[in-house]
Amino acid sequence: MTTHAIADAGVLTARSVRHILRSPDTIITTAVTPIALMLLFVYVLGGAISTGGAGAYIDYMLPGILLITVASGVAYTAYRLFLDRQSGIFERFRSMPISRSSALWAHVVTSMLANLVSVAVVVGVALLIGFRSSASFGAWLAVFGVIALFTLALTWIAVVAGLAAKSVDGASAFSYPLIFLPFISSAFVPTDTMPGPVAWFAEHQPVTAIVDSLRSLLAGVAVGAEIWVALAWLLAILVLAAVGAALLVRR
Amino acid sequence: MSATLTRAPALRVRGIAKAFGDTPVLRGVDFDVAAGTVFALLGSNGAGKTTLIRILATLLRADSGRALVLDHDAESDPEAVRRAISLTGQFAAVDDVLTGRENLRLVARLRRLDGPTRVADEMLRRFSLVEAGDRRAGEYSGGMRRRLDIAMSLVGDPPILFLDEPTTGLDPQFRLEVWSLVRSLADAGTTVLLTTQYLDEAEHLADRIAILHEGRIVQEGTLAELRALLPKRPPVLIEPEPTLEDVFLALVAPSAPEDAADQEARS
Repeated sequence: MTTHAIADAGVLTARSVRHILRSPDTIITTAVTPIALMLLFVYVLGGAISTGGAGAYIDYMLPGILLITVASGVAYTAYRLFLDRQSGIFERFRSMPISRSSALWAHVVTSMLANLVSVAVVVGVALLIGFRSSASFGAWLAVFGVIALFTLALTWIAVVAGLAAKSVDGASAFSYPLIFLPFISSAFVPTDTMPGPVAWFAEHQPVTAIVDSLRSLLAGVAVGAEIWVALAWLLAILVLAAVGAALLVRR
Repeated sequence: MSATLTRAPALRVRGIAKAFGDTPVLRGVDFDVAAGTVFALLGSNGAGKTTLIRILATLLRADSGRALVLDHDAESDPEAVRRAISLTGQFAAVDDVLTGRENLRLVARLRRLDGPTRVADEMLRRFSLVEAGDRRAGEYSGGMRRRLDIAMSLVGDPPILFLDEPTTGLDPQFRLEVWSLVRSLADAGTTVLLTTQYLDEAEHLADRIAILHEGRIVQEGTLAELRALLPKRPPVLIEPEPTLEDVFLALVAPSAPEDAADQEARS
């Protein structure tokens, strides 16, 4: 039964990966906006931003850019799932003798793969314009793990959006606030320059904890308690979204 | 008719009721479908045909009543039901990004058949889609999409086939193709439950016909039985005139069934 479920999900993942390979623009458009933002912040605004640290500004803001990359990438996950529902093929899969969750898992795995490729592209461009890291191999693994968990949590939010949406626009609208969230965090400027209530929000929303953790890991310095705050946020979002998706599927 | 009576029912539907919110859609539906026969559910739009099909295909739960598919309960043993059935919905459920061949191969893999490529090629031949096999389904005409859709449903030879309005939106030629396909499937032993709003479709295809109206089966029987319900009209003499359908088919008939006709139908 379980091996069947994995085999079914594998067949369906191969299908949606093929979708992406046939329209690789989804990976490119996912990467273009964060790259443009990165260039804007580094070459236009960055000179006037004081982060209070010694490193280059690109080193400071790359974690936030990576989160924006994933937040815009998962919009395609919701979009693909919505199209499957709309075309009736989702219904076809559900009336076939295959594991019921496999159709969702295929989209989740595809989303992970596509977003990690986009993130790799953005990191590549960052390296070209001067990003450097003194992180150890272990720290890089931890960075990978945090970004993968972030992608997984956002992917399940995308699954909820794709299952609940009534229109194509509705399916991807959820990603706009997610893309915006890093701007009201420590991703681009330190929070202590913000007015009181804004600073309070920035310091208590998940992006700041995640960004601070990634930044410390990439800088090769010790990570504080923020990593546990970040992991707690991500696991909570993941569980809530996965439960929401399960309820929507049963409906 | 005697044959339909002696075989055990492939489908047994007993007292199925379903409401969406406060709106009752099905109010207690009962019927049997004998194995290897074609059963038509006739009803106007909104009569509850699709809801009933979705319940039988385990996509929707009934509020009450039972649906048995080859003795498997749709509610308590949906997996066994899904192994026995195949559903062709109202709109062609094909993957537009994949080619016709890839669509068929996908279904063959999911049904865990040996040699999915061979199965796909066989289906392409059977549904005259060989030349279009390597084109994306998104580029197909309506008729070709429907053919691919039905072909995908037949991969793995499921014993029971649900066809929800299989000829809605099709041109007359392909409508006839679907009809002969359904007949040949039934002759080979497949049980077919189809819904339709076309009276002539039920008349041509079905061994038995049930009329679904306002959530209930108001009448069920063979065509002869249904005809007998109304008093016989006195015979009248009518000059036999060709129908518009006869004329249309005579004018357009002999062209190749596949691409040429479909491309034209599309443009």
